[in-house]
Amino acid sequence: MSSEKVLVVDDEQAIRRFLKVALTSQGYTVTESASGSEALSIAATKKPDIIILDLGLPDIDGVEVTRLLRQWTKIPILILSVRGSENDKIDALDAGADDYLTKPFGVGELLARLRATLRRSMQATNEPIFINGDLKVDLAKRRVMVGEKEIQLTPNEYDLLRVLTNNAGKVLTHHHLLCEVWGVEYGEEFQILRVNISNLRRKLEPEPARPRYIITEPGVGYRLKTD
Amino acid sequence: MIEDISRPDPDELLAQVKAEAEQEKRGKLKIFLGYAPGTGKTYTMLEAGRQRRKDTDVVIAIVETHSRVDTEALLSGFDILSRKQSEYHGVTLSEMDIDTVLARHPQLALVDEFAHENIPGSRHARRYQDVEELLQAGIDVYTTLNVQHIESGRNVVAQITGVWVRETVPDSIIDIATEIELVDLPPDELINRLKEGKVYVPEQIAPATEKFFRKGNLTALRELALRIAAKHVDQQTLAYMKTHAVGGSWPSGERLLLYIGPDSWGSRLVRGTRRLAYELGAVWTATDIETPENVRLSPLQQDRINETLKLAQRLGAKTITIQGESIAAAVIDYAKANNITKIVAAKPRKSLRRLFIGSAVDRIIRNSEDIDVHLLGTTGEAEVAEEIHKQASLLKNWQHYLKGFGLVVLATLLGQVLHGIFTPTTIAMLYLLCVVVASFLWGLGTAIMVSFLGVLAFDFFNIPPYLTFAIGDTQYIFTFLVLMGIGIIISYLSERVRHQSQIAKQHENQTAALYTLGRDLAMSNDLESYINAISKRAKETFGREAIILLPDSQNKEILRHYTANSKIGVSETELAAATWTFQHQKTAGPGTDTLPNTRARHVPLVTARGTVGVIALLMDTGEKLSIVQERFLEGFADLAAVALESILLAEEAQNTRVLRKTEKLQTALLNSVSHDLRTPLVSIIGVLSSLQEEGMNLDNAARKNLIGVAREEAERLNHLITNLLDVSRIEAGAIKINLQAADVQDLVGAALQQMEGFARNRQINVGIPAELPCVSVDFGLTVQTLVNVLDNAIKYSAADSSIDISGSQAGNDIYIEVADHGVGIPSQDLIRVFDKFYRIQRPDNATGTGLGLSICKGMVEAQGGQITAENRPGGGTVIRLILPISGISGISEKTNVQ
Repeated sequence: MSSEKVLVVDDEQAIRRFLKVALTSQGYTVTESASGSEALSIAATKKPDIIILDLGLPDIDGVEVTRLLRQWTKIPILILSVRGSENDKIDALDAGADDYLTKPFGVGELLARLRATLRRSMQATNEPIFINGDLKVDLAKRRVMVGEKEIQLTPNEYDLLRVLTNNAGKVLTHHHLLCEVWGVEYGEEFQILRVNISNLRRKLEPEPARPRYIITEPGVGYRLKTD
Repeated sequence: MIEDISRPDPDELLAQVKAEAEQEKRGKLKIFLGYAPGTGKTYTMLEAGRQRRKDTDVVIAIVETHSRVDTEALLSGFDILSRKQSEYHGVTLSEMDIDTVLARHPQLALVDEFAHENIPGSRHARRYQDVEELLQAGIDVYTTLNVQHIESGRNVVAQITGVWVRETVPDSIIDIATEIELVDLPPDELINRLKEGKVYVPEQIAPATEKFFRKGNLTALRELALRIAAKHVDQQTLAYMKTHAVGGSWPSGERLLLYIGPDSWGSRLVRGTRRLAYELGAVWTATDIETPENVRLSPLQQDRINETLKLAQRLGAKTITIQGESIAAAVIDYAKANNITKIVAAKPRKSLRRLFIGSAVDRIIRNSEDIDVHLLGTTGEAEVAEEIHKQASLLKNWQHYLKGFGLVVLATLLGQVLHGIFTPTTIAMLYLLCVVVASFLWGLGTAIMVSFLGVLAFDFFNIPPYLTFAIGDTQYIFTFLVLMGIGIIISYLSERVRHQSQIAKQHENQTAALYTLGRDLAMSNDLESYINAISKRAKETFGREAIILLPDSQNKEILRHYTANSKIGVSETELAAATWTFQHQKTAGPGTDTLPNTRARHVPLVTARGTVGVIALLMDTGEKLSIVQERFLEGFADLAAVALESILLAEEAQNTRVLRKTEKLQTALLNSVSHDLRTPLVSIIGVLSSLQEEGMNLDNAARKNLIGVAREEAERLNHLITNLLDVSRIEAGAIKINLQAADVQDLVGAALQQMEGFARNRQINVGIPAELPCVSVDFGLTVQTLVNVLDNAIKYSAADSSIDISGSQAGNDIYIEVADHGVGIPSQDLIRVFDKFYRIQRPDNATGTGLGLSICKGMVEAQGGQITAENRPGGGTVIRLILPISGISGISEKTNVQ
């Protein structure tokens, strides 16, 4: 199996260095770039399997790079952002990025997200059954089980779980979830989402206050954990 | 008293030194003095200016050549500044533009016609005032002046030439000139030039040109000019001698007191006194006297006295008002108390009144003891004025006479009724009663009439032979006279009492008003109450609205206006006038010489520190303040200035306090931050260098341990930096709040998620009820708040104790409580614990800059919530977040067929 190709785009040399070492040790082939324009051309020529993209680039804004990339390619994009710029993260995710990491991050987190994102992109079709620990979601049969117990969900709750499961491991913005489940008109009705997430947690989580499956991404959205 | 004349008076010296210091900054004034038009003053000035051009920056501010060719030729090469054009009665006239000159700020400016009167609407009424501004700004000035335009010379000139000149310059201005250059031309030559048409004859002289330019006149004028120039030099010499303690003839130490009253007034009197003072080298004071009688003076008489006083002031006198029982007594008392050597007054005129009662001046002479009295003659103006006044007073109050008549009739009737019963003597008492009543109620005139009529009636009806005017018994003549005398005396007395009480009341009112103002101002400790106090008192005492203008806190040049009555606006002109007043520390507006056409009277508020503001009194057009009101305004302004200064000082003190506090905080922050930022790095670098170092021989376990430490410390450093950034953002007000509905459980979960590292190994119990409504908060901020609170709880409680997080609803709020089992917070610190940098000293290694809780407070409050601290009953602390419930309710369920 040929190693997967990663394009690392960050204007900080130290970060590029660290990422290269970490990723190479895990068997990835790493290409570096320090600017958005360079990244765009490398993406076109070298066709990497995944792009790690910093949002704070000197020449072109990271969100813009995402948008430009998405005009012609589905290459998974993992964005690196700083705390406090939630709006940038959301914009990037809405522009087509797959996931994000907040700096400073641990290498474990990075690798996990990398793996998850790659796996999703490799998948041709969606798996009908999702399992994580005690949680089992069977999308084909529309059944949700925690351990041995079957859980009854309201239609909205189920829909919400469905969207999360179909994108398991990936962060979904509030806006995205609301549009998918309730429709575009409900795009900003965070209250509805919160309540339903809360209900889901109470039904599915062993410790609703410390969720294991449905994770809150503060300021951004929610994610169904895969491992 | 023998004075040591050779030693200069210290006060005078001080004044001299001050004056000299002022002189340094002030521009120097050189006057080119001529004795008639056409002597070549302008020409000489231009030539002199030309000479100076070699090494000085000279400009022509304004020069009138009157199309004289040779003068015009001299203009070449000069920088001629533009004039200010203005329209006056349909004609375009031009005046010197002061602001252009000030902006240009040359070293020397040439200004023609010193005595010129400016067009109404100009900043100052007279050109010499314009020049005064230039001098104050440090610009030297050359100017031209004819001797007939000098105030004290005007009378003499009028007598010589028959021409009364209107435009004059006060003598005090001449005295401050640094140099006077006499431009002389032999009268014969001048007459020749006149014949050749080379002389510009001003309008005023034109009708009398023949007379004016007679050789005899010109010679006399020339002499006058010479004398004035010489006197000026003399004065300078004397001043020099004084400061340098040169022995020699000294100013005599004479002190003059000029009495100004309804019978002693006029410009001739003042000018004469001034000349006398000048010649004697004396200081002089002009005074008017306030007595019970004087309050009865007509407005015309008051005006005359005021004008005379003002003129005296302009000519260099000190002016005061003395209060007293009688004029003579007041003057003499003051003179004695102030070492006056000579009293000056106008020669009393022959009049009937003087014959009987004598005039005040006569009484002064009689009682003057060893003080000299100089009497000066007055012109005919005063006599004419007297006539008019006399006529006026007799005819008023005809109603009172009517009433008096009625009273006599009444008494007579009553007398007839009692005719047989009482003796005539008793009936006389009735008439006496009438006289008393009339004099008390209706004044002297009526009293006299009543006395007279009463006597007649008494005679007619009550004295045998009845119904005739013959007097049977001569003793009744005595009665008549007594009746008359009583009437006169009583009316006099009652009038005195009445007027005395009037004056007393007036003074009391004034004092009371000043007192209340002072009290109000003392109680106002901020600007608003100050403005209100001033506006109120101004309204009460002057009956007019007042505006306070203060310099803007940023730009001291601009004045901002404040008023209690928001309906009052301030126009550009008023603002300009106020600015002028502020800068020059002189009053402006109606009744003054500067900007007399503005609507408000501007008075500067001056303290020892300088001008702190301006008070503007809005007046109706054409209104002027009386002298009493003027004095009162002065007192008012003084009080206002002092109060304003104390408010400003208080503000300054407050600002300094705040500044110092901020500085203290900043220092503390810097110290704390540098320590706390470095500490984690110590471990991190330490660990990394250990790992890097060859020959350290670390086994895997040790390595893992070290790495763990470094990781923790790095996380801690990250947390600290986050906190610091948050503090900065809160301080800068740059926190962006994005309020949304949030589930409490969500918030707590996210917080715990973030705390993975810190919260390791700690037992944290979470109890959030399922039905708890959502709160309206900024998600990120609240999570951060919870993280900080939890961090705090962990830090200040034992490693094996639990931390409990709970949520509950209380009315329209949600409580989120984080409780620990630590040592708790001392009860007096429960509020202070949220202050910046407050850190409770702990024996163990509790670290952190003490910012955590203050950040929480900042963040929570920015979202409209609250945070409190309490001690738990069983020991430990409870931090409570109080957050508002999200207002959105009603979730629509999508129907879906499963």
